[in-house]
Amino acid sequence: MNVPAAWYLVLAALLFGIGAYGLLTRRSALIMFMCVELMLNAVNLTFVTFSRTLSDISGQAIVFFVMVVAAAEVTVGLGIVVAVFRRRSSTSVDELSELKG
Amino acid sequence: MNLVIPSIHYLAILPVLIFFGAALVLTLATALVKSKVPLWVATATVVATALASIVVNYFQWRNVAHAGASTTIAHAIVLDDFSVIASAVIALSLLMSALVAHDWALRERVAGVEFHILALASSGGALLMTQANDLVVIFLGLEILSIGLYVLVAFDRHRATSAEAALKYFLLGSFASAIFIYGAALVYGATGSANLTSISYFLGSNVLLRPALLYAGGALLLVGFAFKIAAVPFHLWSPDVYEGAPTPVTGFMASIVKVGAFAALVRVLISALGTQLDTWRPILWMLVALTTIVGATLALVQRNAKRMLAYSSINHAGFILLGVWAGTIRGTAATLFYVMTYAPIVVATFAVVTLVGGRGDDHHSVDRYRGLARRQPWLGAAMAVLLLSQLGAPLTTGFYAKFTVLASVVDAGGGALALIALLSAAVAAVFYLRWTLALYAEDDLEAARIAVPRSTGAVIGFGVLVTLVFGVWPGPLATLAQHATVLFTP
Repeated sequence: MNVPAAWYLVLAALLFGIGAYGLLTRRSALIMFMCVELMLNAVNLTFVTFSRTLSDISGQAIVFFVMVVAAAEVTVGLGIVVAVFRRRSSTSVDELSELKG
Repeated sequence: MNLVIPSIHYLAILPVLIFFGAALVLTLATALVKSKVPLWVATATVVATALASIVVNYFQWRNVAHAGASTTIAHAIVLDDFSVIASAVIALSLLMSALVAHDWALRERVAGVEFHILALASSGGALLMTQANDLVVIFLGLEILSIGLYVLVAFDRHRATSAEAALKYFLLGSFASAIFIYGAALVYGATGSANLTSISYFLGSNVLLRPALLYAGGALLLVGFAFKIAAVPFHLWSPDVYEGAPTPVTGFMASIVKVGAFAALVRVLISALGTQLDTWRPILWMLVALTTIVGATLALVQRNAKRMLAYSSINHAGFILLGVWAGTIRGTAATLFYVMTYAPIVVATFAVVTLVGGRGDDHHSVDRYRGLARRQPWLGAAMAVLLLSQLGAPLTTGFYAKFTVLASVVDAGGGALALIALLSAAVAAVFYLRWTLALYAEDDLEAARIAVPRSTGAVIGFGVLVTLVFGVWPGPLATLAQHATVLFTP
C-alpha cells in the first residue's frame, strides 16, 4: 500500500498544531515540555517526508541535528524546572507570579 | 558509495572554534584542577578569547579584501565582510559583559567560572548565526545561543525571580525555536534546499505555481525571528526576562541576541528571499509599526529601570527592523551600523544599572537614580550620555544610527513608516529625558554612595567614549558598515 506524501505532511501539521495548542493552554511546565517535543518531532516528520519526495538526503541528515537540539533543550529545561520546584514545590506556571508581564 | 568530505576553510570558522575551544578549556579546567579555578582566571580567559577573535576578524577582513566573499563546508558557512563586522561586535560585547559580570559575581558571591563558560558558548552560537548560510546552521546557532542564555538567566540563585524568568524564557524560547525549524522544513520542501544560496537561486530561476508552502514557511521563520528579537506582538516575554535575569546577563542578552538574530534575519530575508521582497515587506511593515509604537508607549508607564530598558530595547528592535524593511544595500548597511553602535551602548547602560541595583541586585526603581549625577558626577554624567544616545540626541552615535535607518527607508519609498518610527522616537524621548532629568534633580533623600569597581567603570567609560567619539565623527564606522554590505549579494 502506498500512502501519499501529503498525508504525512498533514499528520505532521496536525501534530505540530496539537503541540502548539497544548503549549499555550496547559499550565504544567512538564506538559509544556512534552508539547515542545511533539512540535519538534512533527518537524522531523516533515523533513523526512520532504526528503523522500525530493529524493534529497539532506532532509534526513537535518533530523539528527533537530534530535540533538531537542535533547539538549530538555536537559537544560528540566534543570530549570528543578531549580524552580525546589523553591516552590510546584511546577505549575500559574504560581510563577512574581514577574508580571 | 563514496563519501565526500566537504573542504573546510579554517580561517572562516576560526572565531567560532576559538570561542568553543575556550569554553571547553575552561570546563576541563574546572574538572581537572583540584582547587577551585579563581574567577579572575576565567574572566581573563574570556577577555583573551574575545581579543583573539577580533584579531582573527582583522585577518578575515584582509582575506575577503583579497579573495572576495567565500563559502565553506558545503556552502553552509559564509565568510564575508558582513559576518566579520558582526562577529567583531559580538566579541566586543562579550568582552564588556564579562568584565561587568566579574564585578557583579564578586558582589553577589556567585563567583563560579560557569558563568563565563556559558557566556562563551552562547556567544559562539551568535557567531555561528552571523556566518550561517543554511537554515539549519542558523537554527543550530540560535539554539546554542539560547540554551546558554536560559541557564545564564537562572544564574542568580539568591533571587527567586531569576529562576522564574529563566523558565518563562525557556518555554517561550523553545516554542519560538520549534516554529522557526518548522518554517525551515516548509521552505526546504518548497525550494528543495535549506541552503540560502540555493534557495535564492531556485526562486530566481523558477516560478512557483503554488507558493503557499513557501509563504507559510517564510512566515513561520519570521515569527521565530520576531520572538528572538522581541518584536511586537511576540515581545511579551522580554520585560519579565529582562527584569528577572541578573543585570549583567540582561545587558549581554540585549546586545548579543540582537546582533546574532539580526545578522541571520538579514541573510534570510535579503539574500535568500530577496526575490519575494514584495511578499514579506507588508508583514514587516506591520511588525515595525507595532514594535516601535508599543515599545515606546509602554516604556512610559514603567517604574522599574530594567523593565523600562526592556521596552526601550523593543523600540530599538523596531528601528533596526526598519533597515531590513528597506531591503536595499543601503538599508542593510544602516541595520549593521545601528547594531554596531547599539551593542556597546546597551552593555554600558546595563553596567550602570548593575551598579545602581546594589547588593542583591533588586533595587531597580527609577527613583534610585534621583540626584545620582549630583552625588556622583561622573557616574551620573555617563548614564546621562548613554540615555541620550539611546534617545538619538545629536553628537551621539544614536542620532546617526536613527538617521541612517530612516534615510534608507525614505529612500526605499517608506515615508509613512519612517514617520511612524519618528513619532515613536519622540514618545520614547519623553521617558529618556525624564530619566536624564531625574539624574540631575535635587536629591532630598540621603542615599549611600555607589562603589564603582575598576573593570565595570572601564566598561562604562568605553561605552561613553564610543558613543561620543563616533557620534561626532561617524565616518569610520559608517564606512565599515557600507563596505561590509557591498559584497553582500542578494
